[in-house]
Amino acid sequence: MAIGNEGAGAIVMGLVYRLLRGAAPAGAALFAGGCDLRHSAVLDPKGPIALAQRDLLFDAFFVMLVVVVPVIVLTLWFAWRYRAGNTAATYAPKWSKSPRLEAFVWLVPSLIVVAVAVLVWRSTHKLDPYRPIASAQPPLEVQVVAQDWKWLFIYPEQGVATVNQLAFPSGRPLSLRITSDTVMNAFYVPQLAGQIYAMAGMQTRLQLLADAPGSFVGRNSMYSGDGFSDQFFEVVALAPADFDAWVVKVRQAPARLDAKSYPALAAKSQRHPVTFYSAVEPGLYDSIIAKYAHSGHAQPAAARR
Amino acid sequence: MFGRLTIDALPLYSWVAMGGAAVTVGGALLVALLITWLGAWRYLWTEWLTSVDHKRIGVMYIVLALVMLLRGFVDAIMMRAQQAFSLNAGGYLPPDHFDQIFSSHGTIMIFFMAMPFMTGLINIVVPLQIGTRDVAFPFLNSLSLWLTASGAGLVMVSLVIGKFSTAGWTGYPPYSGIEYSPGVGVDYWIWAILISGVGSTLSGINFIVTILKRRAPGMTLMRMTPFVWTALCASVLMAFAFPALTVACGLLALDRLAGMHFFTNAHGGNMMNYPNLFWIWGHPEVYILILPAFGIFSEVVATFSRKRLFGYSSLVYATACIALLSFTVWLHHFFTMGSSPNVNAFFGITTMIIAVPTGVKVFNWLLTMYRGRIDFHPSMMWTVGFMVTFVIGGMTGVLLAIPSADFLMHNTTFLVAHFHNMIIPGVLFGYLAGYMYWFPKAFGFALDRTWGARSFWCWMIGFYLAFMPLYLLGFKGMPRRMETYNDPSWQPYLMVAALGAVVVMLGIGCMAMQLYVSLRDRRKTVDLTGDPWDGRTLEWATTSPPPPYNFATLPEVRDREALLDMKERGTTWQRPARYEDIHLPKNTAVGVIVGGLAGVLGFAIIWYIWWLVVVCALAMWVALVVRSSDDDAEFTITAAEVKQIEDARYRLLGSRT
Repeated sequence: MAIGNEGAGAIVMGLVYRLLRGAAPAGAALFAGGCDLRHSAVLDPKGPIALAQRDLLFDAFFVMLVVVVPVIVLTLWFAWRYRAGNTAATYAPKWSKSPRLEAFVWLVPSLIVVAVAVLVWRSTHKLDPYRPIASAQPPLEVQVVAQDWKWLFIYPEQGVATVNQLAFPSGRPLSLRITSDTVMNAFYVPQLAGQIYAMAGMQTRLQLLADAPGSFVGRNSMYSGDGFSDQFFEVVALAPADFDAWVVKVRQAPARLDAKSYPALAAKSQRHPVTFYSAVEPGLYDSIIAKYAHSGHAQPAAARR
Repeated sequence: MFGRLTIDALPLYSWVAMGGAAVTVGGALLVALLITWLGAWRYLWTEWLTSVDHKRIGVMYIVLALVMLLRGFVDAIMMRAQQAFSLNAGGYLPPDHFDQIFSSHGTIMIFFMAMPFMTGLINIVVPLQIGTRDVAFPFLNSLSLWLTASGAGLVMVSLVIGKFSTAGWTGYPPYSGIEYSPGVGVDYWIWAILISGVGSTLSGINFIVTILKRRAPGMTLMRMTPFVWTALCASVLMAFAFPALTVACGLLALDRLAGMHFFTNAHGGNMMNYPNLFWIWGHPEVYILILPAFGIFSEVVATFSRKRLFGYSSLVYATACIALLSFTVWLHHFFTMGSSPNVNAFFGITTMIIAVPTGVKVFNWLLTMYRGRIDFHPSMMWTVGFMVTFVIGGMTGVLLAIPSADFLMHNTTFLVAHFHNMIIPGVLFGYLAGYMYWFPKAFGFALDRTWGARSFWCWMIGFYLAFMPLYLLGFKGMPRRMETYNDPSWQPYLMVAALGAVVVMLGIGCMAMQLYVSLRDRRKTVDLTGDPWDGRTLEWATTSPPPPYNFATLPEVRDREALLDMKERGTTWQRPARYEDIHLPKNTAVGVIVGGLAGVLGFAIIWYIWWLVVVCALAMWVALVVRSSDDDAEFTITAAEVKQIEDARYRLLGSRT
């Protein structure tokens, strides 16, 4: 019984030492990754929505440190201080109650939760992906369709469409209507707006804005089968004049998208190249949603428009 | 005759898949040969497989859990190996195979590693801690075990015959519907979960009744050990949450088999109902797994700090709060499904409220260590490692609970890192602490401390190496479940993560070594007193291993640290004036037969072999009728036999002092 108490001190020191040693290769690798972590998608937002989301992450992180750091420090300190080998430390085997301390351990976390709850309530409403971004300019409307395994973007104002490239003018809000013509997908652009699910027969919304021209990566973050890993798309924010030029370029493309040519596009394909359509049949997007709704006695699935 | 089962079901599509099948079949054959060589089939059947003794059932649950831990870990290291080298390349696994691996990894680790491990520990310990002779329904207990084992068996069979699901461990439709996943994979997943889910529901009911009705005289609710409290709360959750999973999977099965449209894209189906049902089970499930681990930490920290547990009633109320609140947070698993901000904010806030009772628990363990005399037994090391690591996971959990922040981090490897950060320290470290703590109670000798400590360090370091990079990759926007990727800056992180998996593998190796060394040296660590750690609670009042009846006379409880109280009053190991006859349930083969038939039934449905479905269902019904008509299900150990067993025990006790 009680074998090897004398080794306890060494064990605790070992804990600290080995933790550090264990972290060393990870640290080295991170350092080699270098600044790229600072410029990682989530930590380096390029628009007001993603910036607000990231700041929220940071605020909550720092509030949580108020609890996390003391707990880690106290755990290691108590483990060291009250090791069996340290007979100099006070030993109070019967002490198991302290109304004051218990009130403290219930109250402090509660207060922190109240603080974070206020943060949650406000931010969730402010950053509701359905809420239009306040701006002097009217938003550019784009309709997004997730397909196996690519993304179709329809520009109703411009009457054009693209596959795997989402271009828009910087400084002007972009208002997305999103659906799926296959399984559940998630439209994800970490540097601009985060993500939202795309579901067949339903529509979700996402608002975003790019502060300056630039190009970003968009992905499907929701596993969807064989081609999922390659289901990324280019997100390009252009200066307004460049965007106009881009639209002109798209309008010169030979291909047109209508109810007839759509099924071929919607069929399964992997690593689909960026494709432009100079014209889109009006109402195509709505028909993609509607085709799942009208069968027999079924009601169209409720969606938050 | 064989439905859709043809020769094509064999995994001849890749060398890796054939290797997996060969290892599975070879392993099973090896075990069978070993048992034959030892001539142990009869012993195994009469003493173990047909046993209704809660201690043996518990041991079998844990054996199942450890075997499945190995399988689940092989899946994990294969995924890490794939991602470490699949930059702009296919790696060594095609998408279809990689997808099966991440699906089976999650399914196995939750349903067939963590659940059996927990159920096993509760089975061994709870009846002893509440001072009773068995669980309330011993036969049901055996049935639960074999239903769980059948589910696990189906997952293993899918390695050899057909394929496993590629829909992830959550199986979201419409991807998991028949239109997008026409093969047998999703069916294997559904029936493995449905069959074992029935077992878990029955276990939950069994433990609730046991704990509420079978406690020793004097053991009021507020004198129950923290582990019994957490087992009770977890059992209530099991009984109430598992039906939601059964319904979700059942409806999905109807969609797939009967052409129904609960979750399909068209014909009025609504896929959004599935995540709701699934997580109404899924979130309580997290607490089903974690609460008993919290109970173990509470036992371990008091025993090895040699100090009374701080804030017992706080801890009990915190446990009950967590259990209740766990039903109010499920929507945080899909904030990004487009709910209104009121709904999202509500579920974000309820999620954070759960952090309060959880935080209270952490502080109570801390204050139990405070002014203690801490003996760093491996169980205590798991506990300290848990406390330090778990708070990090708790913090990232609060970050994900903020809906707007979750829009950035959901579905990324940050999420993967977060839940592993909860489940590995919070659940697995807890069960391993319990395994090393109660091993001598189950087997009569202790596990080797040195190898236990080595295992702890490997797991701890391996965990940090494997999952800290995933947090960072989440910041870089890497989605989970990627078979290949095109961002070269991700690769170094994935390399470190793969290294972490290798270190964890060393930890598993150390556990195997620990078992070997301890078996070899069992004479040195033999536990004659039944109380190797100077324990405080009732399980240490009987011998190790306990006799079939656990306690010759039921103990009289006067304090929540019942054994310590007896020690202080000097009434420990007092011999009663006289013994009485003890009635115990007889072993029965019905549990293993019905469980086995359930597995065959599942297999038959998966492959559309309808005649076999009918045969199995009828046979199960007959077996249950036979069992229900059996009025002679008990046997008696006479007072004289009890005296004989107890005399032998006291002779050994005497020889020690």
